[in-house]
Amino acid sequence: MSTKGSLAAGPNAAGPNPAVALRVRNLRVGFGDASADDAVRGVSFEVSVGECLAIVGESGSGKSVTARSILGLAGAGARVSADELSLAEESVLGLSETAWRRRRGRDVGLVLQDALASLDPLRPIVREIGDSLRLHTRLDSAERTRRVLEVLDAAGLSQPELYAGRRSGELSGGQRQRALIAAALALDPPLLVADEPTTALDVTVQAQVLDLLEQAQARGTAIVLISHDLAVVSRIADRIAVMHDGRIVETGTTAEVLQNPRHAETRRMLAAIPVDRPRGSRLAPAMDTRQTPRAGVSDRESAPVRPAVPATSAASTPEADSAALEAIGLAKTFRGPHGTVHHAVDNVSFRVPRGSTLGIVGESGSGKTTTARLVLALTAADAGEVRLLGEPWSVLPERDRRAMRPLVGAVYQDVLASFDPRLSVRELLRHAVAGAAPESPRSGRSWSSRSWSGRGGAALRNAGAARVAELLDSVGLAGALLDRRPADLSGGQRQRVGIARALASRPQVLICDEPVSALDVSVQAQVLDLLDELQRELKLSLLFISHDLGVIQHVSDQVAVMHDGRVVETGTATEVFTAPTHPYTQALLAAVPRLP
Amino acid sequence: MAEPLTIAARRGVRPRLRGLVRRIAGAVFVLWAVATVTFFAVRLIPGDPAEAILGGPGSQTSPEALAAVRAEYGLDQPLLVQYLQQLGRLATGDLGRSYALNMDVGPLVLSQLGGTLVLAVLSLAVAWLIALVLATWSTGRGRLAAQIGSGLEIVAAALPHFWLATTLIVVFSIWAGVLPPISTVDARGLVLPVVTLAIPLAGFLGQVMRESLTTALESPFVLSARARGESDRGVLWRHALRHAALPAISLSGWAFGSLISGAVVVETIFARPGLGRTLLNAVTVRDVPVVVGVVMVVALAYILMTIVTDLASALADPRPTEHGNGALS
Amino acid sequence: MSELEIQASATGRGAGRSPTAARGRLGRMRVTFVELAAVLVAVLLLTAAIAPRLLAPGDPLAIDPLAAFGAPSWAHWFGTDESGRDVYTRVVYGARDSLLIGLTATLIGLGLGAVLGTIAGTLGAAVDFTVNRFLEVLFAFPGLLLALLFILVFGPGPGSAIVAVGLSTAPGYARIIRAQLLRVRSSAFVEAATVQGLGRGRILARHILPNTLAPLLVLGTLGIGQAIVWAAALSYLGLGAQPPAAEWGAMLSAGRTYITSAWWMSFFPGLFIVLTAVCATTLGRSIERRMRHA
Repeated sequence: MSTKGSLAAGPNAAGPNPAVALRVRNLRVGFGDASADDAVRGVSFEVSVGECLAIVGESGSGKSVTARSILGLAGAGARVSADELSLAEESVLGLSETAWRRRRGRDVGLVLQDALASLDPLRPIVREIGDSLRLHTRLDSAERTRRVLEVLDAAGLSQPELYAGRRSGELSGGQRQRALIAAALALDPPLLVADEPTTALDVTVQAQVLDLLEQAQARGTAIVLISHDLAVVSRIADRIAVMHDGRIVETGTTAEVLQNPRHAETRRMLAAIPVDRPRGSRLAPAMDTRQTPRAGVSDRESAPVRPAVPATSAASTPEADSAALEAIGLAKTFRGPHGTVHHAVDNVSFRVPRGSTLGIVGESGSGKTTTARLVLALTAADAGEVRLLGEPWSVLPERDRRAMRPLVGAVYQDVLASFDPRLSVRELLRHAVAGAAPESPRSGRSWSSRSWSGRGGAALRNAGAARVAELLDSVGLAGALLDRRPADLSGGQRQRVGIARALASRPQVLICDEPVSALDVSVQAQVLDLLDELQRELKLSLLFISHDLGVIQHVSDQVAVMHDGRVVETGTATEVFTAPTHPYTQALLAAVPRLP
Repeated sequence: MAEPLTIAARRGVRPRLRGLVRRIAGAVFVLWAVATVTFFAVRLIPGDPAEAILGGPGSQTSPEALAAVRAEYGLDQPLLVQYLQQLGRLATGDLGRSYALNMDVGPLVLSQLGGTLVLAVLSLAVAWLIALVLATWSTGRGRLAAQIGSGLEIVAAALPHFWLATTLIVVFSIWAGVLPPISTVDARGLVLPVVTLAIPLAGFLGQVMRESLTTALESPFVLSARARGESDRGVLWRHALRHAALPAISLSGWAFGSLISGAVVVETIFARPGLGRTLLNAVTVRDVPVVVGVVMVVALAYILMTIVTDLASALADPRPTEHGNGALS
Repeated sequence: MSELEIQASATGRGAGRSPTAARGRLGRMRVTFVELAAVLVAVLLLTAAIAPRLLAPGDPLAIDPLAAFGAPSWAHWFGTDESGRDVYTRVVYGARDSLLIGLTATLIGLGLGAVLGTIAGTLGAAVDFTVNRFLEVLFAFPGLLLALLFILVFGPGPGSAIVAVGLSTAPGYARIIRAQLLRVRSSAFVEAATVQGLGRGRILARHILPNTLAPLLVLGTLGIGQAIVWAAALSYLGLGAQPPAAEWGAMLSAGRTYITSAWWMSFFPGLFIVLTAVCATTLGRSIERRMRHA
């Protein structure tokens, strides 16, 4: 139990034990008919005044439902039961909706993940924040506005009067999240439930939001922090509860849980965090990555560091050969609606030596995605060029480039959107194999299209089926998935199918644009391991783009840091991460949440 | 407080003004095209217009009379000259002269316009009211209420004006005897025509509103509002309704158009003077200038209405749109 | 949901909320009572259109002046008209013409709309601009106005009414199809196909067109009801099918004169128009829902 908590609660101990801000015993929440498995199956915990309890788990673990149940907002169709559910020692179990309404916002506040969607996009934030005051106080409109400005100021929005009249869409991500927290804290509720409050934020903003929560905690607010990210949580949590499959599988002080994890799930989540893990070391247990490990793969399982060439050698040995991919002075500007000019990419140059990985890291708006599109020649550059294997690439007309396209594969963040929704996994992969042009001139590339039944079609089709099976196997997926549609697969499986598709044409270069940022950390670990194995087996050159410094550090030989459309620092991963020279890189690294 | 709001407003003024200019240019283009299409479409009508003016091809007319009529209506000129003359007349607001009624089309259409506008605007308002009440009542009350609401909307949208009108007349005029079967000048005479036009439209608007209302009620900002202690009614009035109204507002231009075409039927059944009935009569007797005149006026009203709905949409939703608010997009 | 669970479920031993279960649930998506009723009505209507004798053994044109203006009774469920013809029999026999008119008009509208929308979405900015202006002009003839103009030029009659209704619905379809095409064209999977090295033509044929035209079935089903209503409105106004014919709109038009004394003459044909339109809308919605989850 936190000492901070008991200190804050000491003086005004009036009730039985008012130091306890929230107590939950044997909470169960189910949806749908009674036969379905409950989302939350008997969860118990308590939070003291001024304490921060983090509930950590992957998606589907029941952590969000638990959080919402604390406010009586589990949802219309939810069946909620518990032995005890009390706020400041007052039972709120079975409260009427009206009674709940009086407590929400005043006794307990909620901060949700996506501030853009969590603030009404049609209302100015001054109204949104003022609503708590309007509902729970008798302040008049002018007093409310004054109070809102104070709260915004306290939430770190300097010059709040400048922002108060704006709608959430007119604010930056960080400002928005501050406004959302300000709305939850407007009445200084003794308990704050924060459901993934920093997810999808840039690391620097993430750090600021955590600071804000820490300040509230210091003022005596008890916090229930829901997150999937142990590293983020470790910064401010006093205690951690790990949830898995609707149960709390482990609870303890932050130090205990992180240093002596007792439950396998906790250990798995900790092992999957890529920060400060050397290049080539596995993040996930080997069996998860592939269902049918072949000899070549299992060999390496025992070795934590890859036995191949040391990571830095590709860059340090000057190769007579040209780089796999080279960008020279790339620039792209976009014109805004009012004649404003936005330099999305400004004089960006980099090299991806053959067989190595260049990681591009940057926050949102740094131009990294535009860079990916320029490299894939999906957008024409305003200046500069991209060369592929020493040959011209971006300057070619699309018609000529098409023949070279098979040399480049791409893995996307929103992989589901990159699949034709009508196609099954089998069809997707067959199209990809077919599109990759068996160099047979007589049947061209369209041998797999249904209408085509040219000479030799059957033989090629068999070859295609074999190649599809091979691809699926190489990304560790079972053949049973072939007739599913990607929409029915899990995020990790989808991304594996995406990788298989990218490999269909036997590319030499793989462009990965945020390939793991939509995945749970343990699934992310498996996908990163898979990419690493494939790179070594197939001698791929990778351009890996991510906002996540931990991921970049783990996968990259060379790193380029992007900021405002420019590359501000390049170097080997070790150089950039241990001795950053540019102030922006230094600030970025300082903000990365790390395990203590 | 006031300062940032005005800044936000000022940022939007210039593009909005540019948008308005583009809209007006677009409107002029559409009117020109409508005039052109109708002018040439009308030339496709088989038979001699001069004969039509003098009472149709069956009537015995002397060549002299025909020649006189041709000269009077400018029908002896080359087609291009006639077209340009017509455009010139339209530009000055002269809609020509009716073949059948022996009066100028402009004053005729103007005298009929008011009645139809009153009918359309009232019906639009009533349709909005019905749709709003139905959508708000039946959303967030469980599956059964939603199904009832959605079922009522589907049935309402499927009701043909002519059948609804006759059924209403049978029930309320003939059986109950509470409302006049024929539209009179007083307000009671307006009830049945307005209800006839409003119910099917309410079905369409309601379907759209329900969908956006459901989406809005499921969105995170509603959860946030509830977490602040907002009541169901507060959520509805302060948050969800505005979101629900947006698509229905942008549909109102289309709705207005469909009301005017519905007025053709309703005005005929209720023997109510108006553009619709004038148009139907003119089509039946092939009174070309009147048809063209009504079409031009309706097109103008429709365009004005879409501009109004766009402005209303922009007011209700100040978020910048992706493709701007250009008339031609 | 963990990766391990998913992979376990892929082999058929999935836990409760695994994708397998989800897919199974959707595949067996429960047929609701309303859907069942709509299918039943559709079957009855189609029977009436194809083999009216099965539902109404009588002659729709048989005159019985003695039984004129009979109110609904056991002998004449829907009553009789001014010549003593059985309204029920006429309504059943009217299904063929009414459905055919609605179907043809929808096909014309949908066909024109698909062609216009596809042309606009594929043949470059200049064509797109032109088609869009053209559609905008057509939109300025709201609802029945375009149909009335068409009838003014080509004269009244069932054929005219069909084409007129088809023409008036085409701009709406064209706009929907164009929007869908643009959405598909700028989608991530089309971009992914470009990255794979597929040519423009192949992307169009393999990805863009199939995904654009998939909703046509839904659009058409939803549109049939409206087309029938509009065509009947033209008949009612005396511009479409003419009164002796047993078309629902024409029957209504004939019944209009006797509305004070014989309400059933116009009530029942109209009821069937409503029934058809509701049935089509329900079926269209249901197909849409299933396609979205398939």
